Amino acid sequence: MDVKTKVIEIIAEQAVLEPSDVTMDSTLESLGIDSLGLVESIFAIEEAFDISVPFNANAPEESDFDISSVASIVAGIEKLVAEQK
Amino acid sequence: MKRVVITGAGTINALGHDVATTLDAMRAGRCGIGQLELRDVERLSIQIGGQVKNFAAEGHFNRQQMTLYDRFTQFTLMAAREAITQSGLEFSGELAARAGVVLGTAGGGVSTWDDNYRAVYEEGKNRVHPFVVPKLMNNAAVSHVSMAYNLKGPSFTVSTACASSNHAMAQAFQMVRAGAAPVMVSGGSESMLCFGGVKAWEGLRVMSRDACRPFSANRNGMVQGEGAGVFVFEEYEHARARGADILAEVSGFAMSSDASDIVMPSKQGAARAMAGALQDAGVNLDQVGYINAHGTGTAANDKTECAAVADVFGHHADKLMISSTKSMHGHLIGATGAVELLACIMAVRDGVIAPTIGYQEFDPECALDVVPNEAREADVDVALSNAFAFGGLNAVLALRRV
Repeated sequence: MDVKTKVIEIIAEQAVLEPSDVTMDSTLESLGIDSLGLVESIFAIEEAFDISVPFNANAPEESDFDISSVASIVAGIEKLVAEQK
Repeated sequence: MKRVVITGAGTINALGHDVATTLDAMRAGRCGIGQLELRDVERLSIQIGGQVKNFAAEGHFNRQQMTLYDRFTQFTLMAAREAITQSGLEFSGELAARAGVVLGTAGGGVSTWDDNYRAVYEEGKNRVHPFVVPKLMNNAAVSHVSMAYNLKGPSFTVSTACASSNHAMAQAFQMVRAGAAPVMVSGGSESMLCFGGVKAWEGLRVMSRDACRPFSANRNGMVQGEGAGVFVFEEYEHARARGADILAEVSGFAMSSDASDIVMPSKQGAARAMAGALQDAGVNLDQVGYINAHGTGTAANDKTECAAVADVFGHHADKLMISSTKSMHGHLIGATGAVELLACIMAVRDGVIAPTIGYQEFDPECALDVVPNEAREADVDVALSNAFAFGGLNAVLALRRV
């Protein structure tokens, strides 16, 4: 399974949606994922790919990890997987 | 209803091992937060905390006591000794039968859990010390204080995360005010700075890796602390009759529940607790000169708390001072309200307002007088101490100068 498919699967599970309902331009807000849901999704992603995601819930904009859309999250995870593997 | 005064105070925390040293540090704006020293610290992504350093329990407790006292109990007993010694009270007869102890803690004997899980899971041992349970239980500290000082009245532990101490002190206050007990020992203790304790907080991703900077626009999270604060709450006439030195009056309190979210704070819940404390104390808005903020240094808490203060106090919000001493001693979780009450005592008794240190950048969402970086002198009649816990459980105490 590629990174994009797996990330979408994790986000869909968090949002209680089907993966087909999660598009690349969806935002976490539009999917109904709140701050706690976000932290939980990042944990699931870290576990799935065995990576560490630099994310501080206090300063998302300074976390060097863009969470503005599903596409940006996927891109960020692909980069981290490449760096940390 | 009886009046309730504080006739003894004790503490141990990252700023000092007693009240005098702690207040000196708050006055000087000294930071007690530093590199954590604990087993496996290299496996933590958060490696700073307000740790109690240079504390050798062996010098204070005998070998038998050491096997029974988790670090949170040790802290409690140190603080209780200072507070009760200062009060000058000795508990015997009728006084002992009626006086009790109510303390707050969120985690109880966290390092006892940690050490023994390590023994059975990591080291594969199949046997643990017989005192594991009496050592880790959340009420261990209360029970040891009651035994050490012969306190035989109502005694129990309150656990409401970061508001534990304030809820505990509110209970003790009510008992003395209602005449149920002439004296209550109250406050709280916490010791979570062990590998598992810090690792658990890491998971939430609300911790700062460098500093606790409440209200500053560049704040990036909370920093854990540890320690204890213990007070002697005494009925006013009882204290006066024996010529006790009165530190301050506890004049009111309120509790509220957000009924909203397990971690996100609510402006309405915080505002209701502050407004309720003022009403209970019978004071007007403009009598409040200082608020010791919950001020955790997280993005969410600080802006919500400032908005709640603005809602409750209206124009007076711009005149009062509000600071977070967590910038110096860290967030003592269940003990935090107890240590922070010391800053409120200093405000009403000594006229010194503890600063919010580490303040670097103005945040328009925290546009109050947060006493940045340097302590200030001011006459304060009434001070509030805020505590807003995870789970939306809030408790606010009001202190008044005597």
